[in-house]
Amino acid sequence: MTTYQQASWTDDDERYEPLLSEKANERVDIEDSPLPEDLTRESLELPAPAEPELARHYTRLSQMNYGVESGPFPLGSCTMKYNPSFTEDIAALPAAAVHPDRPDRTVQGTLGLSHRLQDYLGRIGGMDAVTLQPPAGAAGEFTGIQIAKAYHEHNGDERSEVVIPDSAHGTNFATAAMAGYDVVELPSGEDGRVDIDALEAAVSEETAALMLTNPNTLGLFERDIERIADVVHDAGGLLYYDGANLNALLGRARPGDMGFDVMHYNVHKTFATPHGGGGPGAGPVGVTEELAPFLPDPHVRQSDGGYEYYTPDHSIGKVHGYYGNWPVLVKAMAYITRLGDSGLADASAKAVLNANYLAERIPYEVPFGPSHHEFVASAGEQDAADVAKGMLDHGVHPPTTKWPETVSEALMTEPTEGESRRSLDQLAAAFEAVHGEDDGTLAAAPNRTAAGRIDQVRAARTPRLSWQALDSDE
Amino acid sequence: MTSPYAPHTDAETEAMLEAVGADDLESLFDVPESVAFDGEFGIPAHGEREARREAAKLLRRNDDLTEFLGRGHYTHYVPSVVDDLASRSEFLTSYTQYQPEVAQGFLQALFEYQSMLVELTGLDVANCSMYDEATALGEAATLSQRVRSVSGETILVPDHLRDGKRGVLANYADGPGLTVESYPMADGQADIAALAERMDGDVALVYAETPTVRGVVEERLADIGELADDHDALFCLGSDPVALALLERPADVGADVVVGDAASLGTGTAYGFGLGMFVTREEYLRQVPGRLVGASEDSDGRRAYTLTLQTREQHIRKERATSNICTNQAWVALRTAMHAAWLGPDGLVDLAEDCVTRPRDLAERLDEVVGVQAPVHDGHHFREFVAHTDQPARAVVEDLAAEGYAVHEIGEHLIQVATTEVTAEAEDGLVGAIAEVAK
Repeated sequence: MTTYQQASWTDDDERYEPLLSEKANERVDIEDSPLPEDLTRESLELPAPAEPELARHYTRLSQMNYGVESGPFPLGSCTMKYNPSFTEDIAALPAAAVHPDRPDRTVQGTLGLSHRLQDYLGRIGGMDAVTLQPPAGAAGEFTGIQIAKAYHEHNGDERSEVVIPDSAHGTNFATAAMAGYDVVELPSGEDGRVDIDALEAAVSEETAALMLTNPNTLGLFERDIERIADVVHDAGGLLYYDGANLNALLGRARPGDMGFDVMHYNVHKTFATPHGGGGPGAGPVGVTEELAPFLPDPHVRQSDGGYEYYTPDHSIGKVHGYYGNWPVLVKAMAYITRLGDSGLADASAKAVLNANYLAERIPYEVPFGPSHHEFVASAGEQDAADVAKGMLDHGVHPPTTKWPETVSEALMTEPTEGESRRSLDQLAAAFEAVHGEDDGTLAAAPNRTAAGRIDQVRAARTPRLSWQALDSDE
Repeated sequence: MTSPYAPHTDAETEAMLEAVGADDLESLFDVPESVAFDGEFGIPAHGEREARREAAKLLRRNDDLTEFLGRGHYTHYVPSVVDDLASRSEFLTSYTQYQPEVAQGFLQALFEYQSMLVELTGLDVANCSMYDEATALGEAATLSQRVRSVSGETILVPDHLRDGKRGVLANYADGPGLTVESYPMADGQADIAALAERMDGDVALVYAETPTVRGVVEERLADIGELADDHDALFCLGSDPVALALLERPADVGADVVVGDAASLGTGTAYGFGLGMFVTREEYLRQVPGRLVGASEDSDGRRAYTLTLQTREQHIRKERATSNICTNQAWVALRTAMHAAWLGPDGLVDLAEDCVTRPRDLAERLDEVVGVQAPVHDGHHFREFVAHTDQPARAVVEDLAAEGYAVHEIGEHLIQVATTEVTAEAEDGLVGAIAEVAK
């Protein structure tokens, strides 16, 4: 088995790599500034490391951090696939770095690239029109629900509820609430899918939309998707597709063909843009022709021999101050251009193959199937969070744990297409090793990571969120 | 073509299919015939070199202009070491820090970023990012509804405000049913008398910016803070880390929330790609949107970092979360912290002072040009200023583009010019070109 020891820089018994403020803080007084004294602050105290110190600090921090290039990262629902390096070079092209307030005719390259990406995403999702403006998946959800709301209001139809399955991402619930809707939670059926009877009971003339992923969080395809669409549409509601799991379906099925009216794409999950330790992402939104007039302002279209921005007739307005997370969109465009039809279809096939292969090889029970891009195993009598900590010691990132709640002690696992058979075997060996550990050993894990088990309760009970707070505390 | 980023050989694929008991890859998809896609996207595959050429070819259609543009999106010189360090794959390809024991590096970097914003604002709590300045303002508006001491439903914003920001705020205000209203400006700054007139118990939040979108330094922030306080409304201040290095501390003028674009450090011009700052008072800690990094201890008793107070967030609290935000701009924040540290307080203050003198000097030079009066507003400027042109502004802007320069057109006879150290060497050329086209 692969062994692993994460680098750990330790300064003394009290801390690891010191904070920048502990290394090189400096206070400067604001004197003789070009502004009158009453308009300026008195002083400023910040770290002032010389560049060699700065380089060493962040290099050490990077060594105390685990990324996709460090090893397998099978976080379910997060799709941590390899991020091709060449896309970084494209996003860094000087011609890509223009100011957002330039007149349309002076940025035809930027508009042209945007238009092509809109078009490609439309084809991939089976959608008629796509906006690139939402800066992340959750922002895409908010955009999509605001579009649904504007559509209903335009039809003189005030609706108050959004229906969401109990296994859905937390963002779905939060998005519906942000848009001012009441949430109706839909209990899953015994097979882990949408229960049509429960859906019929939940849907009414108050239903603005049903938000759904497909395959769902358990990796299961919602085989009754057409009936689901009918139930929602018959009640006058719209069907929203959460694109979190689109990496499972490229070239096999399209949300637009399944009856979805509006969807978001997670470009990190499906089109390999790096997640950057939490972001930036991008969450383009696709809609049917009927909803296109409600897209955010502005939208790109072709004009005489070029491209132009315009405001859709019933636009919901803005969801980002400018045009979204442009460099991230450029990387997604580069990835799609590289893979094309056949590469995208192959990526999905290998992602699904990898999930099935791994599910077959681990010692934990996988209660639902057949799996697509991910599966949810149960840690059974073990604590899923402890299982995760144990796996850290084996040089792999653990799965998402304790979610969805429809599987007890869930280990939600998504290896992605980026793992080789050998790497999957190593992952399976890590599961195997942890499966055989006793509770006490797992509770004491991890032991080979940069830091030992971190006290979450203490962090929340006495919040210390800045070095200033540490100083006043110690 | 198979995906170049899926490592499987044909033999491995076969062996794996056999292991799972499947005949072929297609049989793994449990998709009913009636919704199966049997068409093609029509997107050709490319080699890596060809994909790069294709993108470069598209982008080549952008005109090569020297940009004297700002109004919320700025360029400062970003040192090479920022690109170098931020590109390390352990940072760039990592995920949100759900397993803090293997993510200490990023967590510490975000903790340091939060701390820098605490110093710059004088407030207590910074989150580790929102998408951009506009969405951060939207979040501040919804925060006002969760703060018990505030009862109103009106958000007051300055008349001089970017349309994009106003538009995003309108969408965030829509769900909770808030009303967004503008208060007037007097010579480029908040009209305090008019604002005082407008204040009543229905105001939940007053927003002001320094510098304003026109580059004017607000001189009566403390008065705005007092007005908000007198009416139990929140005072939200918009700024950015460079300006905050020199201007009055938000805490000293009564700000309750500070928002702004922090990507002005660390990330150059990128078509509006930003980093939303969100900093507030300790008393609103449990109502803060987004992720927070806190210090704790590990099993060895050493200080260690972790995401904390997650019960505010969507993955725990669902529809009762403070926001729906999940993915944020963490990597952009990492770059901002690196750039700020590279500058140090001396470098940062020098940069901020340059942002005061440079537009002042350029405005003086343009004021000498026939057909131009600059700056239009009295008062101090930061990075940019508005100028009056006797010729229609549109013609001036178009003629300047033909000469290779971009400036903003913001009114029939108003242009706006932004300049930083990045455009220093191009200022002479701009003055010459404006002298030609503004006559």
